[in-house]
Amino acid sequence: MNNKRPKNLNLFTIRFPIPAIVSILHRISGVLLFLLFPILLWVFSLSLASEQSFTRLHTLLSTAFAKFVIWIILAPLCYHLVAGIRHLLMDIHIGEDLQSGRRGAQLTILVAAILVVLVGVWLW
Amino acid sequence: MVKSVLGVNHQGLRDWIIQRISAIIIALACFGLAYFFVANPNLSFVEWRMLFSPISMKIATLLVVLSLAFHAWVGIWIVVTDYVKPALLRFVIHVLVFLSFLVCFLWSLLIVWGF
Repeated sequence: MNNKRPKNLNLFTIRFPIPAIVSILHRISGVLLFLLFPILLWVFSLSLASEQSFTRLHTLLSTAFAKFVIWIILAPLCYHLVAGIRHLLMDIHIGEDLQSGRRGAQLTILVAAILVVLVGVWLW
Repeated sequence: MVKSVLGVNHQGLRDWIIQRISAIIIALACFGLAYFFVANPNLSFVEWRMLFSPISMKIATLLVVLSLAFHAWVGIWIVVTDYVKPALLRFVIHVLVFLSFLVCFLWSLLIVWGF
């Protein structure tokens, strides 16, 4: 083995290529959504249980802070959805090579960001 | 059974196809729900409950929850086997995650059939 080959393990100078960032964010958002799932079910149960619980939920979720929390929760969902669609497209060999893969990754971030902004507009 | 579900001799291709099919079901549900919310601003309790009262909608809802459970099970399994090295700890996490999906599914069953 050639021991003279250059080595760079400095985490502050290693730059991830953008498809790697998109991939790790897909993972992180997925784990977040898994952790948020019980909260979603709780909201779902309150919304359907009775008229009182529905109204209670409605007032609870109408505050500016609650809207902000919903927005924070929906952001990883939007991202995971867009990144997942990109993944499915790559399964059918769209955007697989280096160049289009990079473009797909940029597009994923762009579309997800637009979706998150749209969700914010819809909430307020 | 437990070993094949929680252990290392996992069937990759089966996981792969579960992940894809459940992903498509969840994505369709997201689009459908988003459309419903945008099309019905100021949603009332009666309208919301009407949406979930037909048997077909209850089953569709449970199908989506089941898809979420399977999808997340495969995803979390992959993440945990990647980052958690001690075998016992990994086993315990897998079991807890598996049980949490069981609980979530039973809970959603009670939610949609509870009214």
